[in-house]
Formats: sequence, C-alpha cells, structure tokens
Amino acid sequence: MSRVRADEEEYWHSSKFRAFTFDDEDDELSQLKESKRAVNSLRDIVDDDDDDDLERVSWSGEPVGSISWSIKETASGSTGSLDGRDSSLQKGPSSYAALPKQASSYSLSSLFKGRNKLSSFQSLSDALTDTGIKNYAPELRRPKAEYKDYSSDWSPKDTVRRMQRGKICSLERFRSLQDKLLLLDEAVAGHDGNVITAVLIFLKRTLRREILFRELEVRQVALCHLIHFLREMGEQKFLLDLLRFLDRTEEVALSQYREHLNIQDVEKRREFLKGCIGLPFSAEDTSHIQDHYTLLERQIIIEANDRHLEMAGQSELFRKYPRKASILNMPLVTTLFYSCFYHYTEAEGMFSSPTNLKKTFKIPDKQYVLTALAARAKLRAWGDVDALLTTKNWLGYTKKKAPIGFHRVVEILQRNNAPVQVLQEYVRLVEDVETRLNLASKYKCHDVVIETYRDLKDRVQLTAYKCKVERGSAEEEKIQSILSNMQIRWKN
Amino acid sequence: MAAHLSSGRVNLTALREAGRRELREFLDKCAGSKAIVWDEYLTGPFGLIAQYSLLKEHEVEKMFTLKPGRLPPADVKNIIFFVRPKLELMDIITDNVLREDRGRSPQRDFHILFVPRRSLLCEQWLKEQGVLGSFIHREQYSLDLIPFDGDLLSMESDSAFKECYLESDQTSLYHAAKGLMTLQALYGTIPQIFGKGDCARHVANMMIRMKREFPGSQNSIFPVFDTLLLLDRNVDLLTPLATQLTYEGLIDEIYGIQNTSEDFFDNLTVEQEFMSGIDTDKVNNYIEDCIAQKHPLIKILRLVCLQSVCNSGLKQKVLDHYKREILQTYGYEHILTLNNLEKAGLLKPQTGGRNNYPTIRKTLRLWMDDVNEQSPNDISYVYSGYAPLSVRLAQLLARPGWRSIEEVLKMLPGPHFEERQQLPTGLQKKRQQGENRVTLVFFLGGVTYAEIAALRFLSQMEDGGTEYIIATTKLINGTTWIKSLMEKLEPAPF
Repeated sequence: MSRVRADEEEYWHSSKFRAFTFDDEDDELSQLKESKRAVNSLRDIVDDDDDDDLERVSWSGEPVGSISWSIKETASGSTGSLDGRDSSLQKGPSSYAALPKQASSYSLSSLFKGRNKLSSFQSLSDALTDTGIKNYAPELRRPKAEYKDYSSDWSPKDTVRRMQRGKICSLERFRSLQDKLLLLDEAVAGHDGNVITAVLIFLKRTLRREILFRELEVRQVALCHLIHFLREMGEQKFLLDLLRFLDRTEEVALSQYREHLNIQDVEKRREFLKGCIGLPFSAEDTSHIQDHYTLLERQIIIEANDRHLEMAGQSELFRKYPRKASILNMPLVTTLFYSCFYHYTEAEGMFSSPTNLKKTFKIPDKQYVLTALAARAKLRAWGDVDALLTTKNWLGYTKKKAPIGFHRVVEILQRNNAPVQVLQEYVRLVEDVETRLNLASKYKCHDVVIETYRDLKDRVQLTAYKCKVERGSAEEEKIQSILSNMQIRWKN
Repeated sequence: MAAHLSSGRVNLTALREAGRRELREFLDKCAGSKAIVWDEYLTGPFGLIAQYSLLKEHEVEKMFTLKPGRLPPADVKNIIFFVRPKLELMDIITDNVLREDRGRSPQRDFHILFVPRRSLLCEQWLKEQGVLGSFIHREQYSLDLIPFDGDLLSMESDSAFKECYLESDQTSLYHAAKGLMTLQALYGTIPQIFGKGDCARHVANMMIRMKREFPGSQNSIFPVFDTLLLLDRNVDLLTPLATQLTYEGLIDEIYGIQNTSEDFFDNLTVEQEFMSGIDTDKVNNYIEDCIAQKHPLIKILRLVCLQSVCNSGLKQKVLDHYKREILQTYGYEHILTLNNLEKAGLLKPQTGGRNNYPTIRKTLRLWMDDVNEQSPNDISYVYSGYAPLSVRLAQLLARPGWRSIEEVLKMLPGPHFEERQQLPTGLQKKRQQGENRVTLVFFLGGVTYAEIAALRFLSQMEDGGTEYIIATTKLINGTTWIKSLMEKLEPAPF
C-alpha cells in the first residue's frame, strides 16, 4: 500500500505526467481508491473536454464490478458447487458496479493520457491498453520483480516486448517521427502481427498520410499488415489512396472492383461497374469488366421487360413456366440459358435474344449449342433440338453435327425425359460403337442396338438381345428377320 | 485416454498436459460457476486437450453453441466465450451481449477466451460495436500446436497459407515459432534445423531470435528430436491439388461430395495425365466439359491449378481461355479469386518459357509406374504412382542428404538452409546401435493426409533409419485449401 502512495506522489509531482503508463493492475482495488482521489483533484488541471470522461467513470463508490466480486469470491472461499445455486455465492447488489459495463473500459490510463481533442477518444493502442484487466484476487499477485519499471519510460524495443506479452502500453509518448519509426521497426522485427497492427494504427492516427505512406513504401512487412488491416476493417478510401501512392495500379483496380459486391441496388451497381471500366486493369481483365457491365445492363432491361410480360399474363410461355428467379446478377451462361428458354425465336436486334448474346459476348459455338440444347430440351422442343444439330452445306445437303459429341446430346435429352423415338435418333449418331451400344441398351433404343449388332455381324449378341425385347413386338420380328438373313456373313 | 499420444516415439502427453494447465488457470480466473459459449469449430481441437470432466471440475456447469440472439438462460456467474479470432464471430458475440438483460439479477459476467490467439482486429471490432468493455477477462489460449495423434500436431490455422503467401503476414509463422519453442521446452532443444522456402527461413530466424532473447529457455532436457525440417507449402503446390488415394485421404476428400463413380475416375485419369506430364500445355477437354456442365467451381479450379503447376505455368492463350470460360459460366466476380490463385503461384502464366516440372519429376523420381498398392515399397502408393514431392524431399534429406539434389532444390521456390543449435555439453545425443533418428517435419501452409500416410510409411520401413513426427499449420485437402484462397463473395457485414 505504501508503495502505491509513494509512486502516486512521484507521479503527480513529476513532469512525466503525460507519459503515464499503467502496469499490471494487481492490487487494483487499492489503486482505484487512490486514483479516485487523484481524479477529483484533477478537475482543475484537466481540460473541460475531459469532463465527459469523468462522468463516464462514475466513481460513485463502486469499484469496477468484477474485481471486488472476484476478491469477495475468493475471500468467501467459494466451493463452486457444481449443481447450481449456492447462496454463499449470491451477489448482493452492492458488489455490482453502478456503471454500465462499457464504462469500465475507460480505464484510468485513458483519463491521464494527453488527449488529442480532435481524434476519437480511445486510441487503438488502447485496445491493448485496456486489456481485460488481468485481475487476480490478492493471493495471486504477481512477483515484485514485475513492478520494476513501474513509471519509467520504456524504449521502443521494451515497449514492443511488453506488448507482445499482452501488457499494457501507452504509445503516446512516442512523439517524434524518428521514435515512431523506431517503434514500428521494432514491432516488425518482433513478428507479432497484433503488435505490428497496433503500432500501425497508432501511426495512422498520428502521422500525416504522405509521411506514413512514404515510410511504409520501404517497409514491406509493415505495409502488408496495414493493407490487410484496412481490408478487414473496410477502410476502402484509405486503402485506395495507399495503393495509388504505391502505384500498385492493378491492385487499386481490383480493390475498387471488389466493392461492387457491397452494392445491392442493381442500378447503383451498374453505375459503379461502368466507373470501373476505365481503371488500370490488365488488358484481359479490362475486357471482362466491360463484359460484366454490359451484361448487367442488358439483364436490367430484360428483367424489367419480362416482369412486365409475366404480370400482363398474356404470354403462354411465362404462364406455363413461371420464372423461378430474377435474371439479375446471374452469370453469362445462365443468362444465355434463360434467353434460349424464354426468348428463343427473337430477332438478333433484341437484347433478350440468344443470338444477340452470342454476338455481343462472343460466346463460342460449343457453349452456345450446349446451352441452347439444354433449354430447348427442357421445353421438349425436339424440333428446335434437331435444327440446332443440323447444318446445311452449300449444296443444300443436311448433316447432323454436334460440336459437343452426340453422347452428350443424348445425356441432355435423356435428362429431360425425351421420348425414345427422339433419343434414338441421336444415339444412332454416337460415333464410338461401345458407347453407342451402352447408351442404346441403357435407354432401350432397341432399333439402334439391333442395327449396330447387325453392322458388327455379331450373331451371338444379337440373339442374346432377343430376350431384352418384348415378346411379339416389332423389334423381335426385326431381330428374327435379320438372323434369318442368309446373306449376312456373321462373324460368330 | 492418452494412449494414442504416447504410442509414438515421442510422448505427446506432456504437450497436452501443458495445454490443460493453461486451460485450468484461465477457468479459475473466472471464479465461480460458469457457462461456456463455444465456437463450434473449437469443440474438436479442445476435445483433444480436455474432456468435459475437466471443465466440470472447474465449475463449468453449462455449455452452449455460439449463435445469434439472446443467450440461453443459465444460472451461472460467468459467461465465457471460447472463440477463434474471427470478425463474423464477434458480430454474434455482440448480439449476445447486447441482448443480455441488464436488469436481471444476478448479472452475469462476460469473458472471452480467444483461441489460439487474440486479435487486435477483433477487439477493435468489439470496441466499435460498443461492447468491448463488457468483457472482464479477455485472453488468449495459446493452443499453438494441438496433438492430433501420437505423431501429428496441428495449429489448425486455416488462414495461414493465405496470410503467408497472399498477404505477406507472418503472424502465423510467429505462432509456429512459438509452438516450436514450447515443444523444445518440453522435449529438448533440437540440434539440427533444415529448411526449404521463404517461410521456413522466417520461422528459423524467429526461433533463433527467441532463443537468444529468452536465455532462460536453455534447459537440461535430453533432446528427443534430432532434426527439424521446415517446409513451405509452396515448395510443393502439386500434392494438395491431386486427389488423395489413401483411405483417410479419400474419406477426407469425398465426404459430402456427390461424384458419380464414373466422373470420379475420369477426374482421376486427367489428374494422373497431368502429373505424368501429358498434354499439360493445351486446353483440356475434360475440364472444358466440366465447366460446360457447371460442375462445382472448386473442382474446376483444382484441375486448372494442377495443370498449371505441372506445366510451370500455363501458356497465356490457354490461361486466358480457361479464365474466360470460368468467368462466363460462374460469374465475372470470380476475377478476384483467379487473381488470388495467381498471386499464390497456383494458376499463373508461364514466365521464362521453361517448364521445370519434368526435370523435377525425373530427378526426384516422383512418378513410379510399377506401383504395388497392396504391398507398397515406395511412398508413391499414396497417389497411385505419384510420390509427394514434399515427402521425397524429407526422404532424401535423411538419406543421402540434400547435397545430392542441389540443382533440383534451386528450381523450387525459396532458399534452402541448415542451422545448428547449441546443446549444453552432456546432452549431446548418443544414439544406440540400430536406434532411429527422430525428425520433426513442419509443413508451413498445410499438410494432407496422403503426405502424413507417406511419412508414416517411411517411419515404419525396416532399415528406414528415421521416424517422423509431423506438424503443420493446418490439415488440408485440395478443396479446403483452394476454398481458403477464394475471395469471400458475400457482402461484408457492415
């Protein structure tokens, strides 16, 4: 107790008044009582602004809740019963702080700190400063050795060490640029991310931007930490300024582009994306951003139009297949599918037509056919499917061609429950024989199986297949007739 | 209960005991009856340290899962949040605290235990929400290395890779170093440190510095470990991308995914083609088909990254083609993820025009055609013929040493180095005849079950000469790993 008093004397009369640092708050209860007295005598010295501080920490006789409580607990020799209530542990109203819990974070050190009137009251280094008071009941007091540097200045190195150990440190004493940079370099050398960030926050608050940026440019590790912090906390403007200063143009562009995800309103998002186009992306990325903007622009138009159509109730298509979701913000391919579904026959001039999309976004044939196929198959528009897969050469001869392989066509059709007659057409066109047979048997395209075995001249398999067809069916007859064909040179 | 931890060459029970002690101390600080509100993710790792019975001994009467809304009623003195330092969790905690009925009597005290470390960002966040002061004890439970098995330790830090390689944030490396110092305090100074990679170099430097600054840590424990091998994940980017084929690896990968077996084998075939150097310089049809069918994006990303790594980067045309298809099919916003993958070295354009991968593959004998999965004689069985590069490096370090592969080492990213740590005289390790060396392999950035299997295989080889203990920042598979690099696309919670 006397030690505290002596130090308090020294404190109040020393010129180091502003450099108050608060060591581990052991015996905090007694310290609080002293400080309460000190606070009251402070009124004359401190600015008017600090009045609100004094109000927040209303020293109305109640010590900060948990300290007295925990002391009381230990004193009462709590048995900590496991099955709930124990009347000896019931807290009386007096042991509870009249302060709202928030106030307890405005600890003593914050009262005595040289306060910058302009900035927010709590500096971030206070986050480490206002550590959940590592309070102990008196019997768990820390060893004397730890009191050693109670009121002396710590060097940057020592400060960093203390912060690494989670101890309380005020950084306000580091006033000169040189000191601040020393502190930062020490923090970086110590590798603890939390400490580095705490120091950076302090520097951000107390240094002019240009100076901070300039110094960070040559301190890569610290720079990376700050960038990470700014991202996490969403300080977009500061981050962009920093990146611009560093001439990390592509990153500026991507950082800014990322923000579009935070804009829910479509019109605003569209505007925002438009603004992103001029940003210093790589050439490739620029075209993607451009596409993104164009796509959203089109989607807004299509969405408005289609919603109108749907509500008017005139379109059979929309009545039969009501839209499950809005097309806004969907990927390009999904938009294409939608367009092939609801706007297939529209002229190229219309924004909602598939051909317009294909042209505008340079969608490759393969992707286009695949998507259109899936959409038309869903609508069971087999005629359209056929047309998609038919090409006419200059002589007028038609030929079936699939840029994606006919086995894929079959897959898609089958998924949409295409009737066997339709399916069969395309199974027949599968090039690989084994795959063809597999698919044909799987989907009961009997004619194809029969024809294939016939072409393979495989009598054994053909005979075996007879069991798989219906008795007395046309297929059975067909098999029979082929088997009885004398002109075929069977291989087995 | 601790049997599995003491079954290996190194008894990891001591480590667990140290962990328990720290937990007990904290619980006792929050004196009185308590309820713990759990971040679900932590229940697993904590379960490896302590059972509920231990918690009960320290007056934990109730346990709840962390979720938004009002906290469930509980007649306890203390509410303690056990959480990872994540901003999204801070929001939930804020919600819990703000909804607490102040008029209630008796009031409950709030505390937070950050696991495995505090975070300034989180505390700042809580402060901005106006609740920071509501907490009386705010501490960290430095669970740096959690013993998962008798030969396996993990920090379970899922952002370590991203932090180190994308953000140049060395905090997780700092904690790795701290974890290693703890290990040395319990198991003796490790006389030899080998490393490959930038992060490895940083960790070694930190360890040396920590040792210098805390001279009291020189202890008289007889060293258990002969060697520490620090490996950067980016020395071997390939292994986590390939589908693991050990039992545990498969379960880890497949769980929750609905592949048809046909597709699975197709996928595997393509992977193996890439790994044996076939057609890595062209656009791959299977990948295109998968994109066209809109398979899960992560599957696509794994495959294109695999191709890129096996080709030392893709030709600009091929890369642009894949990027375009991905963006058109999954959305333009994925530009951000693709950018991350490029930064991490996973999906990038080929620079310098040379593909080093075939040389590396040949020199280190990564591809073994005649693999026998039933009775394997080489670590390549874990990927059906492909030997994980990282484990090969460990294997070759033991015998005949890295000098024999200097050239290849230079082709892999980052420096390689060796450090020696002074042992007090009298503690020099004297090995008995036939006794194996013990090497601790620390993967900085994550390790897969397949690599673990491969190292265990080496450990139990007759005349192998070395037994391995494995440590890592996180247990990963290709999916979780890539996911950690993907840009979060939901709008930020403010």
